[in-house]
Formats: sequence, structure tokens, C-alpha cells
Amino acid sequence: MTAPREMSALALRDAIAAGQVSAAEATRAYLDAIERQDGAIRAYTQVFADRAMERAAQIDAARAAGKPLGPLGGVPVSIKDNMCTAWGKTTCASKILENFHAPYTATAVQKLEAAGAVILGKTNMDEFAMGSSTENSALQKTANPWDLARVPGGSSGGAAAGVSARLCAAALGSDTGGSIRQPAALCGCVGLKPTYGRVSRYGLVAFASSLDQIGPLARNVPDAALMLSAIAGHDGHDSTSADTPVADYAATVERPVEGLRVGLVKEFISDQLNGEIRAAVEKAAKCLTDAGATLVEISLPHSRIDVGADGTLSSYAVACYYIVATAEASSNLARYDGAHYGHRTPKTVGDIIELYSQSRAEGFGDEVKRRIMLGTYALSSGYYDAHYLKALKVRRLIAEDFRAAFGQVDVLLGPTSPEVAFRAGAKTADPLTMYLSDIYTISVNLAGIPAISLPVGLNSTGLPLAVQLLAGIFEEEKLLRAARMVERGLGSQELVPPAGREEK
Amino acid sequence: MTTTTADKITPIIGMEIHVELDTATKMFCRCRNRFGDPPNTNVCPVCLGLPGALPVMNRQAVEFSMKAGLALGCTVSAFSKWDRKSYYYPDLPKNYQISQYDLPLNVGGAIEVPLADGQVKRVGIIRAHLEEDAGKNLHDDPTSTKVDLNRAGTPLLEIVSQPDMHSAEEAGAYGRAMQRLVRWLSVSQANMQMGHMRFEPNINLHIEREGALYKTPIVEVKNLNSFRSLERCVEFEIQRQYAQWRQDPNYTLEKLGKENRGFDDVTGKTVFQREKEEAHDYRYFPDPDLMPVVVDEAWSGRIAAQIGELPLPRRARYMQQYALSFKEADALTQDAPSGNLLDEAVAAGATAKRVTNLLLGRIAATANERGCCLAEVGITAGQLAELAKMMDAGTVSASAADRVLVEMIEKGGEPLTTAKALNLLAVTDTAQLEAWVDQAITANPEIVAQIRAGDKKADKARGFLMGQIMKLSAGKAPPAQAKAMLERKLIG
Ligand SMILES: [Zn+2]
Repeated sequence: MTAPREMSALALRDAIAAGQVSAAEATRAYLDAIERQDGAIRAYTQVFADRAMERAAQIDAARAAGKPLGPLGGVPVSIKDNMCTAWGKTTCASKILENFHAPYTATAVQKLEAAGAVILGKTNMDEFAMGSSTENSALQKTANPWDLARVPGGSSGGAAAGVSARLCAAALGSDTGGSIRQPAALCGCVGLKPTYGRVSRYGLVAFASSLDQIGPLARNVPDAALMLSAIAGHDGHDSTSADTPVADYAATVERPVEGLRVGLVKEFISDQLNGEIRAAVEKAAKCLTDAGATLVEISLPHSRIDVGADGTLSSYAVACYYIVATAEASSNLARYDGAHYGHRTPKTVGDIIELYSQSRAEGFGDEVKRRIMLGTYALSSGYYDAHYLKALKVRRLIAEDFRAAFGQVDVLLGPTSPEVAFRAGAKTADPLTMYLSDIYTISVNLAGIPAISLPVGLNSTGLPLAVQLLAGIFEEEKLLRAARMVERGLGSQELVPPAGREEK
Repeated sequence: MTTTTADKITPIIGMEIHVELDTATKMFCRCRNRFGDPPNTNVCPVCLGLPGALPVMNRQAVEFSMKAGLALGCTVSAFSKWDRKSYYYPDLPKNYQISQYDLPLNVGGAIEVPLADGQVKRVGIIRAHLEEDAGKNLHDDPTSTKVDLNRAGTPLLEIVSQPDMHSAEEAGAYGRAMQRLVRWLSVSQANMQMGHMRFEPNINLHIEREGALYKTPIVEVKNLNSFRSLERCVEFEIQRQYAQWRQDPNYTLEKLGKENRGFDDVTGKTVFQREKEEAHDYRYFPDPDLMPVVVDEAWSGRIAAQIGELPLPRRARYMQQYALSFKEADALTQDAPSGNLLDEAVAAGATAKRVTNLLLGRIAATANERGCCLAEVGITAGQLAELAKMMDAGTVSASAADRVLVEMIEKGGEPLTTAKALNLLAVTDTAQLEAWVDQAITANPEIVAQIRAGDKKADKARGFLMGQIMKLSAGKAPPAQAKAMLERKLIG
């Protein structure tokens, strides 16, 4: 029989339900693998071994009693360390929350457990989800399982590395500007950012409230569909969660979309695009046309990428994003002041203002401070109109482009990341270069639409290549079915990095 | 005020009033909206501002605000939104307050303010918006500050007036009128001691001297929590600003703009407060966690239908329809339920005058002792009507009715059964009545002679005989019947 870690989430779920493997065995296999391999990868910030084994035992007892196990019954998963849990710590990979114990559990996590999943632990991330390499974590560095000298992407780098290295069957990440899709692309797994409002944000530590969205990372598209069905839906605790029906995405994912119209985003397939990534997009397009889809070239003028005389890239979307996201972040992160919870300076302070500034100076990392300052500036009186208000207008234009596009096509196809996994430290000195890692993913968050990144093979140096599919608001079902068409066209061959292979 | 004869001074006063709404739960979470419980017991992740917690709008708070807005003649905005107001303070756990900045729920409007001389002053309302209250810092220990977040997230209606008031008296009257209105609408308990209402007046002077107009800086004073503080503060500022302007010709609005001062209740003086420069920049922006408030006509119509008659129109109606005096009508329109007792008792067939006397007599005295409103004494409109009708029919005398009422207030029970139990029902047995009348006549031959002689003392003498009859009957002789019988016997 296949070892539990070799199975997809769906296959493992079925095997547990059929009694071929117990939830305890599956959980133990993953915990052992984490024990053996995570020292090198460092995907996890915390492992809840005892709790996971208890949960697995409950699933096995339920099965013995003939009770239904739920759509994820016994499947071991991980969650990003920015989702509150009433057990363990919720650190956001920040010193300021290093020892923070939340008294409540995020809705998405509750739903995941209600569906029968076993939570193995929490995964590393860029501090407060700010970054594209997970190097901004104040706790640890996570390695890319394909090459330990390279980054896993970010901010959900721990989640992507964990899924890719078979240290969990699937994972929950969060995506504000590409934080699920870009690390999924760099680690060779599937990453889905749902429509804004599809999944409750209650209990997700906020970075940029109007952009943040929880979503799954998985080994393949059907597993991502299964995870999304478990966590999606309206939540009375989140006013921005949508009261739109949730489809059984896993049940329909294998059905190809008839007469699928695919738009190739002109602005994303420029001459500047890396040749191997361009080839990956073409390969995915061919999978779709082979399956009966038609291809159209689509223009998203406000998502265009300009090349300066010196070769540097720039885009409206990135500029707009770094105003909206930082403005919201500056306000969302104001609460970490050392007065109520989290890190408080051990130094003697003269007054409350000094307590605030000293605690924040010690507790936040450089990137977080940089963004708080940018956002504070963007919202300051006298600058508000020129920055924040203007960014909101650009945001509307970007969303309008997408709306027009989805009048013509069902899905859009383009690259996820401008490059494959880069070496650790390569961009840490230059934040602007790092910001450009999200140049193809950011406009999706600004428009609130769903998008999925999926691997299409390896490049010449053995690193994963990926493409991104985008769909209209609440069109996750169509998006997942189209993504599955690409996956089938590629031969459904999962990419397993050296670090994820079971030693024989 | 001391003025040089040439100066004409007009105080210009506007006001912001914060009213805590009496909703079941807080503004953005489901915690109980109740102050005074042990510190930090009515709290949850949302009002503690914990990471990941999200606000969810309390519909009842919005409806209470709409109700107040509509009663003030405001337009309820079809579209209003929530904004974050950023500042750091330990009683504000998120370090921003959710408020409404450029699109408030209620805009425009006015309130009729009754003044002591019986005149009515109209004060314009600029806006009335909804926001969340902060917690409370407890400074009971010199080395540290403790924070109680029970109040954090309480719905707060901020009512901003036009600068239409011109004296301390008008400012106080405006505050009282607002208190009466929000109580009338049952949207706030408006208890000053509990901090349910807080005043922030802004005051300056327009001074005319030799044909030129001078304006003093606009002074804002925050957090006054009694009518007395409000009136003293405004009066002090009027005096102070004039004195300062006479001393310093540069003390003008043009030169200095606005200034903040704090009022010291002990000295009765205001003191200058320097604000940090950055404190002025609240960096307002739309709260991305909340949806805008969209109010359609059906919704605002439903709320408007709940408002009913307002205090001043009702007071006028009582004077006109029931022929009550200004004082009586005013006393019965301090809150809606007390006036409702009168209207309902009249509808049940009692006379307005009789019910008014009962309400403003024994019931008002009891309410005063208990510190509650008339309706809270516990006598129902039906009971009032029955007792009033018993008095009209002569079934109980006025003094007996009062004793019945005392008994009912203390122990409950219905008027008729109470009167019976206390043996206070008027005697309708003619033979018994005749015996008391005869006894009174027989025992007082000189008095009877005076009456028959028809001299000056006859009226007083009649009154004395009636008193004797009531005394003999222990108050149970029906007065009208006894009087008629006495007259017949005196003539015969
Ligand atoms: Zn609460």
C-alpha cells in the first residue's frame, strides 16, 4: 500500500474512511517526517504533536463508532502562523507577538477542524505577512525544499515548503498580494487565493484588511478544491465575508469546462518575461487548447508593466498596492503597543509614549517598520488625496479592466512570478526589487478576484515553474476546473523535491 | 458682565454632545453594554482589540441613532460609512476609534429648546453620527494606570450643534432638552452621574466696538459631565475671553484660531491645554472591515413610525386639550411613559384633571422619593382611571383615594378591592347617612341658627357641618350626597 505521505489529501481521506490506514498512522507519519526533515527546511514555527495525535485518535474513534468523518477526516494539515488558535501561540513570525496566546480560534481553522482535518502545526512566514521570501520572519529562515540555499517565496513560505516537502498533506496560507501563489510557484505546489469575502477573515491577524484572504496550498488542484470547500462560506463574525452559496468544488473539479475561453494577458507576456517562464505559460496554454479551449489575447491596461531606461520594472498595480496595503497596515498594526499584550520593552520608560515607541522599536522588524511608515505617510493630512485617494482610483480602474476582460473570457492565463526561486539573501538589501516579486499577483488582490497558481514542470536547473489562472468574482468553481484541465494536460505528475522523497 | 459701555458682546456657543446609547450589546461586538460591572468582565476579542478580531455593526445602535436623528428633524443618509480615527491612548485598545467622518448617519436638523421664561429657542443640528466609546483609565494607584475596557465599544451618538446659543443659560437648556429627547425616545438613559452624556461646548465672543467687529478665539472644552459644570464653564469663558481681549488686542480668532481648554470643577476655571502637533492628524480613512450603512426609505420609515409625539407638541396639546396649566403639562412631559399614563387613563374614561392631580400628587411624591419617573411608580393607567372614576362617582372621597393610592403603591392591588379592604368605601346607605346628618345638626344648634339666619358666616358654618359629618362617618360619607341632604334638612 502507498505510504500516507505519498497520498494526496483526497486519497488519504478515502483511505482513512475505508479503514486502509488510520488517522493516527497518517498523523504519526507526518510528525515523524517533520522530526526528521524540518530541521533543514524549518517550515514549522510550532508543531502540536500531542494535540494532533489526540485529534487523530478522536477521528479513529469516530470511525470505529460508525460516525461520518467529514470531507477532510483524518487528513494532517498545517496552518500559517497568522491564524489565531486557542491553543499554542499565534506569533505572525514577529517578536512583538512571539509569546502571544490567542484566547480564540479563527473561523477558517474551526471549519477546517470541523471538516475532520488534523492540524499538525503552524508554519513560518514573513513577519505580519510582509514579504516575498519568508526572510522577514523574526523567528527563523525557511529553506526551499528544491534547493536549500534558495528561498521558498513568501509570505506563506513555510506553508509552501511544508506542502512541497510532504510535511503536511495540505496547508492554509493567506494572500494579500501574492502570498499564497508566489511561494506555491517557487516551491512547486498549487496555491489558491479565493475571491475576497469567500473565506472568513475572523481570526486572521490583519495585514491589509481589504486585500487579505485565507486560501489553501496543496499538491494538486482537486486537493485545493477540497480544502476550499471546507473553509469557504459566510461568517457572522466577518462583515466582509460574502453570503454567496459555496459549491462542492471537489465534486465538480474533474469536469472540464466546455468551450472554455482563455485570455492571455498581453501585458504579462512581454519581451522582458523570463524565457523559461514564458515557455511555461505557453505549455499551459497548449494543455488548455488541447482540451478544447480557445485562446484570446486580452489587455489589462492598468495592470501593465513598464520598463525604465535602466531596465527596472514598474507598474501601477505595485504602486497602488504599496499605498493601500501599507495604509491599512499602519492602522491595523497600531494596536501592538506593549500596553495590552505582546512584547513590552523591559527598559524603564518615562511615560506611556516612550513605552509605545520603545516596545514597537524592539518588537517590529525593519520591513514592518518601513511599511508602517509608508502607510502613515500616505494617510497623513495633506498627503491623503495625492496618495491614498489616488490609489483607490487606480484600484477601481484595475478592477474595471478585469470586469471587462471577464465579459470576453472565462479565465485569464499568465505567469505567477517573474522568476524561479532565488537565492536566500539575494534581495534583502533592496526592498523595491523584492516588491517586484509580486508584480503578476498583486492586481488580483486589488480587484478582489480569485486566482490559482499551479506548477507546470521544472526549469533547466531543476527549479519549479508555474503559471497563474485568474477568474471573475466567485468563479472559483470554473477556475478550479480550468486549472485541473492544465494539470491533466501535463500528465498529473506531481513534483516532489529531493527533500520530500521518502527515503527507501 | 463688566463691559466698557461702548462694547456690545455676543457670545457664540456651539456644542458637541456625546450620548451613550442604551442598546443591549456593544457597537461592534456582542458583549453586554453595561457599565459598573467588575472591570474587564464585559469584554471579548473584538472590544479588547485582539489580533484578528473583526467588528460587526450593531443594527439596534444604528436604529437608535436614526430614531434620535429623525426626532431632531435630521435627514438620515441613504449612504453613510465607517472611518478609523487614529490616536494612541491606553483606553483605546486598537489605537484607532471607529467613527463616521465625512459621511455621517444623520445630517441637518434642529431642536426646540424650552427656556426658563417659557420662550422656545431653536438650535440647529449640523450632524449626529455614531461611533464607539473608549474604555476608562483608572488612576487609583500613583505608580501605574489600570484600564477597564467594559465601556470600550459602547455605542456613542455624537450630536454636533450649530453655534446658535448665546448664553450659559441657553447652553444648559439645550443640554437639558437633549437629555429629555433621548430619554423620551428610550435610546439612552442619559444619566449624567453614570456618564451617559458628556458635553463639549465651543465658545467665542463677537465684540462690537466703535463700528468694528472683533472675534475672540474659539475655545473648545472637553468632557463636561453635568449641567452645572456646563453652565459654569460657559459663563466663566464669556467673562475670561472678554477680559483677555481687553488686555491683549491680539487675542482674536484671526491670530490664534482655536484653542483647547480644560474645565476645573473645583476652581470653576478653565485652563489652557497645549496639544501635541501630531495629535491633530487623526489620519481618517474608511474602515475596510465594515460595510457602508445603506438606509432605504422603508427602513427609515419604520423607525420614523416608532417616534410618535415629541415632548413640546405634547405639552402644548395637554394645555389645550386637557386645560392643564403650563406647570402641570410640563411636569407630565418630562418623559414619554408618564404622559402616556395620562392619555391612556383619559381614554379609559377618566377626567384629565382628576388623573393629573393623582399623578402630580401622591405618585409624583413617591417618584421623587424613589428617584424614578412617574410611570415607574407602578400604578397602571387602568388603575388610575378606575380610581379617578370612583372619586367622580363619590365612591371614595379625596382623602380616602389618597390612602388607597398609598396602599396600592406599597402593596399592589386594585382600587376597589383596596378601598373595600381598608373599609374606605363611601356609605351609600341613606338611613346611615341621615343619622350622621341629623347627629351633626342636633349637636350644633348655634351653627344651624347662623345658617338659617343667612348671615355672613353661613358659608363657613356649612363647611363646619360638612366637616362634622365626614368626621362622624370616618370619611365614608359621600360628600355630594351628604351636602344635598344637609341642605334639604336645613331648609326644612
Ligand atoms: Zn466585546
